[in-house]
Amino acid sequence: MLNNVGRPTRPEGTSGNVDLDGTFTGNKALNLETPLIFEQGVKGRVGVDLRAPKKVKNRLGGLERPEDPELPDLSEPQVLRHYVRLSRQNYSIDAGFYPLGSCTMKHNPRINEKAARMKGLGDIHPMQPVSTVQGALELIDDLGHWLKTITGMPAVAMSPAAGAHGELCGVMAIRAAHDAKGESRTRILVPESAHGTNPATAALCGYKVESVPARADGRMDLEAFEAALGPDVAGVMLTNPNTCGLFENDIKKIADLVHAAGGYFYCDGANLNAILGRTRPGDLGVDAMHINLHKTFSTPHGGGGPGSGPVVLSEALADFAPVPYVVNGKDGYGLQEHVSGDATASFGRMKTFHGQMGMFIRAMAYMLSHGSDGLRQIAEDAVLNANYVRVGLNDLLHSPFDGICMHEALFDDSTLKDTGVTTLDIAKAMIDEGYHPMTMYFPLVVHGAMLIEPTESETKETLDLFIGSLRHLIEKAKTSNDPDFFKQAPHFAPRRRLDETAAARKPILRWSAENDAA
Amino acid sequence: MRYMPHTAEDRAEMLKKVGVGSVDDLFADIPEEARLKGLLDLPTHAPEMDVDRKMQAYGLKNLSPSENPCFLGAGAYRHHVPSVVDHLIQRSEFLTAYTPYQPEISQGTLQALFEFQTQVAMITGMDVANASMYDGATACAEAVLMACRATRRKKAILSGNLHPHYREVTETTVQFTEFEVASDAPVLDGVEDLTANLDKDIACVVVQNPDFFGRLQDLSDLADKCHEVGALLVVVVTEIVSLGLVKSPGEMGADIVVGEGQSIGVALSYGGPYVGLFATRQKYVRQMPGRLCGETVDQEGNRGFVLTLSTREQHIRREKATSNICTNAGLCSLAFSIHMSLLGQSGFKQLAEINHGEAVTAAEKLEAAGLEILNDSFFNEFTVKLPGSAEKAVEALADKGILGGVPVSRLIPGEAAFENLLLVTVTETNTDEEVDQLVAALKEIANAE
Repeated sequence: MLNNVGRPTRPEGTSGNVDLDGTFTGNKALNLETPLIFEQGVKGRVGVDLRAPKKVKNRLGGLERPEDPELPDLSEPQVLRHYVRLSRQNYSIDAGFYPLGSCTMKHNPRINEKAARMKGLGDIHPMQPVSTVQGALELIDDLGHWLKTITGMPAVAMSPAAGAHGELCGVMAIRAAHDAKGESRTRILVPESAHGTNPATAALCGYKVESVPARADGRMDLEAFEAALGPDVAGVMLTNPNTCGLFENDIKKIADLVHAAGGYFYCDGANLNAILGRTRPGDLGVDAMHINLHKTFSTPHGGGGPGSGPVVLSEALADFAPVPYVVNGKDGYGLQEHVSGDATASFGRMKTFHGQMGMFIRAMAYMLSHGSDGLRQIAEDAVLNANYVRVGLNDLLHSPFDGICMHEALFDDSTLKDTGVTTLDIAKAMIDEGYHPMTMYFPLVVHGAMLIEPTESETKETLDLFIGSLRHLIEKAKTSNDPDFFKQAPHFAPRRRLDETAAARKPILRWSAENDAA
Repeated sequence: MRYMPHTAEDRAEMLKKVGVGSVDDLFADIPEEARLKGLLDLPTHAPEMDVDRKMQAYGLKNLSPSENPCFLGAGAYRHHVPSVVDHLIQRSEFLTAYTPYQPEISQGTLQALFEFQTQVAMITGMDVANASMYDGATACAEAVLMACRATRRKKAILSGNLHPHYREVTETTVQFTEFEVASDAPVLDGVEDLTANLDKDIACVVVQNPDFFGRLQDLSDLADKCHEVGALLVVVVTEIVSLGLVKSPGEMGADIVVGEGQSIGVALSYGGPYVGLFATRQKYVRQMPGRLCGETVDQEGNRGFVLTLSTREQHIRREKATSNICTNAGLCSLAFSIHMSLLGQSGFKQLAEINHGEAVTAAEKLEAAGLEILNDSFFNEFTVKLPGSAEKAVEALADKGILGGVPVSRLIPGEAAFENLLLVTVTETNTDEEVDQLVAALKEIANAE
């Protein structure tokens, strides 16, 4: 039996009133601070062992660099320690629950990472002869086949580098298709609740963006949509399930209406997680949809990318897809790399080389691991988890829209009225409870929105604890009369609330010796 | 299904709590006729061992530079990545973190981005840099859009010796905007004249250094001429290691520098994901696309970092945003930054010297073997003129297990003048024996013509 009776919790003779404000080093036990890398360098140190350069007459054409950039010199252990310390200032899905709405933060399996580093996959050059990369092309072709089967679409463009890049691909295909018909259409319809990238993308393709309002049930207003349609409308950009966490149940009508008006239907695929194996966008009338491999298919978010955004396309748009693409011929796999031959209708090229291969490998491993049965289970459990959170909170937090939600549950801040506590304050208090906050203030159509997405990889126990934690915070906000507790949150994070206004007003975007001295 | 934890009992209990009879009821909003009844026509789930085997099988069908001499470049370069880099980026706290929108619990990623911005600004010789883009080519396209916004002009001139993918991506990106680009034809002999059409309508001139064929050039005069008519000079760097040795674009008067950071810390990975670099002058900060990380303080006065100037971004400005970029290449920029930290000033310079030394040695050996090198100057990549088709030569080399270079015609097809040109890159990863193998093989191919 452990003897924990005689073990003092504080040094003998202390009153307990020890100074908890600070330490000499600025560290707090396991929470170790690290200065900027530029503040740690000492000339003469080196973190790599490189061989001596060959003594040759240089052929730089007189362009030697006159002044060194003055990067800091450090040893390998110093660099290792610096980044290990930095890593510990980060929240991550491997450490805790990320209920971020519309962001699908799920388990990142390590077999995917292992595969991406296999030398035949991670160490191949994009300009190797196609005869030497048949396995790579086969993988891209197979992944494309899975994406087409999952979405029920006939074609896929693999190269877009991220979701927003995929949107650009889809809308460019729409524009190219209209141009090919000699039609000059100027407007794109986008629901109010759309991701901000949607209007930005449409604008990049030269379109005027027209917002369509939402109905009281959280879906796009069909009458307003119909009224807005006309011969100058190029298409609609809709997210489905939408950013309110709801399935647009008029989707087939929306597709029919936009097609009848001569436009195309772009569906933002950010929320594909919710419908995997239950329905296919191709059966709903979609013409183009990007797929965030870094969301639905678990390639890691990496603190902000890399992403990967393949776009599935309908028959009507397939010919306009960007180059390059894989061609499966009788002599093996080939590559169509140029706008020529069969690809003369292509709208062009979106990125160097062939796309985010490293992400394709991870997504392929993930899909093989799940298979058709697992993909369907993903959607079922993701939607079940979201609804479980919804009913666990909806007596306390107000849901702006009734009924079953898809993979994310949406609440507003009406319950916090007159408490002095805001959605932001609750989010920051959640940090102290050990959670990454939910998505705040999005979608914009809901006041003080809190959008919660518990993906399929979370246990019931995790959800119960989370529901309990959030209930505790909301109840505390409503009853304690102490908004200051919330305004001060987070209390225990590596940093207290950061001054974002000061950062924007007088931006300091780099370290410099002069700034440092001042 | 090992990634999903629910037992049948869990599901039943949860469904009961939700108040529905079955899972199907959760999907009632999907139109009846579009509901999938059975499973998709794909294989069912597989154990980890089988997935591992299948992924190995894909890999075994490729000829990997890990096991074969590789002299390929043309915008993607093979360098040694120190073990520390991959170890650190695989730490869960970096690998599985989200975009740092909650700064209090994202200081690790944010500080690393701030350091990345500083490193990029330093090596390019510019004032500020953003927190990474998708890749070099998309960064190039964004630079043209930014130059048009900043100058309120609508035309850009692209050098003919710009990497063809960079040119194509830029043309593709601007084609439906009010802006236009004019691309010159590639020039192999003599000096490209980018000033012929330079006037007060031009927003920017985009030029690459070293150029697509490997040649280095001083762009200072071009910068002056651009500035005389109020145009910006955009300089593209696809081999960022060159800046350890070569005069930086900033020192030559560039206004925007874009580049590909893959060479530092990021695997070849058959072309992606890579890391786009974007740097500019202080006065254009608010015109920059993409993410920016800034320094600030917290409530207790401690230094901290946040994403900032987001008023330029799509989540506030929507259709008026400077760019639709949302996700950046965060993890790749972290790899870049860690590798750069390991190199430091002395290592970065030495790595560049090694690369140049190896390339010069290889070029001299090729010249001694009777082959013609077209460029008078270069960093670690140069253009060899073969007596016959470079594409055929590359296939013949591959048969011998040598990844011998990139035929120019693969990127610029249909130009007879380029069919015999081979881009050869030599880096610190190539041994003397490998270079000798390449020289002997190319000599044999040349003599057979």
